Amino acid sequence: MNLLILRLALQRVALAAVSLLVVSALVFAITAVLPGDAAQAQLGQDATPETLAALRHQMGLDVPAPVRYGRWLAGLLRGQPGESIVTHTPVADMLASRLPNSLLLAAITVVVAVPLALLLGIGAAMYRGSLFDRIVSSAAVAVVSVPEFLVATLAVLVFAVELHWLPALSYGVSFDSPLKMLRSFAMPVLTLCCVMVAQMMRMTRAAVIDQLKAPYIEMVLLKGATPMRTVLAHALPNAVGPIANAVAMTLSYLLGGVIIVETIFNYPGVASLMVDGVTQRDMPLVQTCAMLFCAAYLLLVTLADICSIVANPRLRYR
Amino acid sequence: MNDATLPVPAPARSRRARIGPLAWASAAVLLFWLVAALVGPSLLSDSGGSMGEAAVFAPMSAAHWFGTDFLGRDVFARVVQGTRYTVGVALTATLLASGMGTLLALLAAASGRWIDALLSRAVDTLTSVPGKMFALIMVAAFGSAMPTLVATAALIYLPGAYRIARSLAVNIDAMDYVTVARTRGEGRLYIMLHEILPNIVGPMAADLGLRFVYVVLLLASLSFLGLGVQPPAADWGSLVRENIGALPLGSAAIVMPALAIASLTIAVNLLIDNLPGRSARGER
Repeated sequence: MNLLILRLALQRVALAAVSLLVVSALVFAITAVLPGDAAQAQLGQDATPETLAALRHQMGLDVPAPVRYGRWLAGLLRGQPGESIVTHTPVADMLASRLPNSLLLAAITVVVAVPLALLLGIGAAMYRGSLFDRIVSSAAVAVVSVPEFLVATLAVLVFAVELHWLPALSYGVSFDSPLKMLRSFAMPVLTLCCVMVAQMMRMTRAAVIDQLKAPYIEMVLLKGATPMRTVLAHALPNAVGPIANAVAMTLSYLLGGVIIVETIFNYPGVASLMVDGVTQRDMPLVQTCAMLFCAAYLLLVTLADICSIVANPRLRYR
Repeated sequence: MNDATLPVPAPARSRRARIGPLAWASAAVLLFWLVAALVGPSLLSDSGGSMGEAAVFAPMSAAHWFGTDFLGRDVFARVVQGTRYTVGVALTATLLASGMGTLLALLAAASGRWIDALLSRAVDTLTSVPGKMFALIMVAAFGSAMPTLVATAALIYLPGAYRIARSLAVNIDAMDYVTVARTRGEGRLYIMLHEILPNIVGPMAADLGLRFVYVVLLLASLSFLGLGVQPPAADWGSLVRENIGALPLGSAAIVMPALAIASLTIAVNLLIDNLPGRSARGER
């Protein structure tokens, strides 16, 4: 049995690796092949054929696209994704200074958001139809249907402008004292949490309610179990699979939210680096960041997939 | 601990039978923005381009309903003009995504296994790049001209529409009357458009609404990052970005465009949730 799970999990991992390879080809095609000649774009219309040819040779554009793709991919795998066109520093160094910041932000967000979302979701499912459920569910719909930057703007208006608890826009991250650290992380984490809790809570609630509708819960009620026991001891163990799936799916959503949040709060992370790269059309930087995000995304989606396989025996026999 | 925790049969079903006040209110908000997008700019006396005579970030007043922006321009006029970009671009992209998705799904369902597998794999590849990431890559490569934005948003939301349409179409394709049509020698195009399409139009219309909300959010976020609609044109996302300096003041210049986005997306969501008949969300 466990061997079967292992085989299916490995299958998913292999599938994710293939997807990543295809994604890398897609990213390379969009950024390096389709837009046309990068050397021509850099030099403008009135470049002489000689300088154009020289720059093409220098940028490695005088070889066919598949060869360039191969070189690029090999560079990525060796951890040498090339040099930024704008700053002329290695992209790997730029990423290395930003990546820990982004991971820290993500880690803090997960630690705050996941327990909160599970608590709210299970609570809302237990007291379905109550005032608490209605308030939490409507708030979640409202948060999910507005863009992240709106949540961020609203958070700034409430906590910085009205209450004066936090600075309106934080500049940089400070680790000097616990208080300063709290101040620099409070707003980004709050915004990300809002969006993630809303999504995760909705999925958790749906998963638990789904179980509560099952015939075996009717049996549990008939034998006279308390509602608390019904949910915690009977419904919840069966909902663990969908909930784990929901958590992993929402974490993959974090990757999109972080782009907005890092930019609006000026947080020195990978996502804001990528947005700068896009603004300056710094292709090597954009390609590397994109591959990093896509890899993380595929990892989380695969994790979600494996979670549901492990938790639901019926999926193993498809 | 009371009876509220029991799995009672949902009372929502009886409420859904008629259109509630919430749905009417949402429809009214939606209609307001659609009219604003169509005829709004021509009704404005102030085109929103004039500046200088009014103060920067002035509060709401009779002359400037939503106050003024960072250049002293009338925010109300800017919001009404932004409607055209926000609603127009998003609607075009959504129609493209849903239309193409549905057509490809019909083709996949009505054709053999090979075309089906090929299309499904191709679409799956698109979904393995997160939406915002794909948008950033596209903008980095092709810039943020309007056609690029429309094509990008359409490509990002095509896979979702394709998947739903395909799962619906495959079920219809297995029906007896489709087999009958095939036996009497109808072509693939006829089966796609006359036998399957009419039966999946309803659910696809509900899906179109949800997809529209996603597209509005994506485009607003892109503009907010400065990578979407470029100045001097401005959609609601760009308006929030332009006036971000007013954030510490809590000025109407930043609150109003933000409220406009929220009112549009929440209205569409509420309308779909409260429509009579099958709920689009309930199916998944």
